[in-house]
Amino acid sequence: MRLVNLRPGRQTRFYLLAVPFLLVAIAYFAGSSARLAQNPNDKLLPALPSMVQAVKQMAFEADPRSGNYLMASDTVASLGRLGSALAISTVAALILGIVIGLLPGANALLGPFVSVTSMVPPLALLPILFIVMGLGENSKIALIVIGTLPCMIRDLAMKVQELPREQIVKAQTLGASTWQIALRVAMPQTLPRLIDVLRLQLGPAWLFLIAAEAIASDSGLGYRIFLVRRYLAMDVIIPYVAWITLLAFLIDVGLRLLQRKAFPWFASVRAE
Amino acid sequence: MSAIRFDDVWKEYGDHIVLERITMEVEPRAFIALVGPSGCGKTTLLRMLLGEEQPSRGQILVNSKVLPAEPDADRGVVFQRYSVFPHLTVLQNVMLGRELRDARWLGRLFGATRRAAADDAMKLLAEVGLAGQETKYPSALSGGMQQRLALAQAIMRGPKILLLDEPFGALDPGIRADIHVLMKRLWNETNLTVVMVTHDLSEAFGLATRVIALERQRNRPEERERYGATVSRDLEIFPRRTAEPRTSIDPAPAGTTRSSKEHQPGRPGALVLKEHS
Repeated sequence: MRLVNLRPGRQTRFYLLAVPFLLVAIAYFAGSSARLAQNPNDKLLPALPSMVQAVKQMAFEADPRSGNYLMASDTVASLGRLGSALAISTVAALILGIVIGLLPGANALLGPFVSVTSMVPPLALLPILFIVMGLGENSKIALIVIGTLPCMIRDLAMKVQELPREQIVKAQTLGASTWQIALRVAMPQTLPRLIDVLRLQLGPAWLFLIAAEAIASDSGLGYRIFLVRRYLAMDVIIPYVAWITLLAFLIDVGLRLLQRKAFPWFASVRAE
Repeated sequence: MSAIRFDDVWKEYGDHIVLERITMEVEPRAFIALVGPSGCGKTTLLRMLLGEEQPSRGQILVNSKVLPAEPDADRGVVFQRYSVFPHLTVLQNVMLGRELRDARWLGRLFGATRRAAADDAMKLLAEVGLAGQETKYPSALSGGMQQRLALAQAIMRGPKILLLDEPFGALDPGIRADIHVLMKRLWNETNLTVVMVTHDLSEAFGLATRVIALERQRNRPEERERYGATVSRDLEIFPRRTAEPRTSIDPAPAGTTRSSKEHQPGRPGALVLKEHS
């Protein structure tokens, strides 16, 4: 049978998806044990027990200086920044995306501006943000918003413009005003697409979060990683990276689930 | 119930003339079928009637008033595709017109007014043969059912003119025959003037009171850009077909004077040919 026709079954699929993960793990631990056999004090590729030990210390033992459970407080700090920034971006993108996508005048006014601002490298703006807004939470949230918002607006406006022209005309023949078209036709159909756009921006959002935390912060997952880097504490860094990856993955899965549950009609529209 | 008048209407896109010298009268309650080869401007004509496009020259009058330059609730429309809203259930699709009319800011009705609108919508859905499908999304309906829904949705708002852009073109023959019966009934029982664009001549002659053919008079390649299509045939169906006065599913108030009658439903009769200048 040709490879293009070979479809793995449910069980095979499960084994197949595990293969790359296992290969990476095997490669890591092979390398780790080889290095540790040469030098038991090697810090670059720590063995599993030392990482478990480090996680236990970070996650389940209160920090003697602050009394906090560091991994938990780092997670709360980072997710707080990420969440508030993405909330701002999402709401602003929804409103501006619909306005630009629906109104030709607004598109002429703001479309090119949004396209240009989406090309500004956000990290280059970070010093400006730190100077203007100080080193507190605001500048970090602002960086994530600036990094994600223009792209989200641009993508969403495009999705609104992709709504069939027939629908907009049809709504008018049912007596809809511009406001009613936005409210009853454009917005409900934009919401599931907004989730797609948001999912695409999750990667950049994490990037800007870690970057901002690395440069100036006193808490957060990115802060911790860059702090312990000074001691070559790979046994902390690697579990932290895995934890960040897991968080990002879970948020993505959650958004996908929300999209499926809240907008049951959307799957067949997208399939067209 | 609306009379439509085309007064020397031209449509040009830059140098390209699509339609020229369109002059005709459409009497109230007529069912016009626009036919013609593809690319002859049938749909352009319909879009001008809809208000989506403006004539380059001349004007279109409805009941002696110049047509507004944008679509409105006086003119309902059913397209071949994308006529219903995929994010609304069948019932919500039909109720939408009422909700938009009565709830200016929220676009939604609540409580008793909502129940009243839902009741009316359910009656209309039963009329078009969609009873029991209320909670489905349009994507779960067949093509024929989607077009029935689109008709119900348009009629719910009570338009004076119904514009159909090849509404049944994508349907299987059997389903198309069923929906023709429905279309005929809706035209009889509501107060509509209907203009339908179609490829299908038997559909045109089977449904319409008058068939209008658009054609380019000059079609040599070097002339094609500079000469638009115009009305080449204007055929009144004979015996004369007129709408049956009934009010069962007419959302407009009953009691208006309608004294016309349909003689021979279904079969195209002999044709009366009128030479058009």
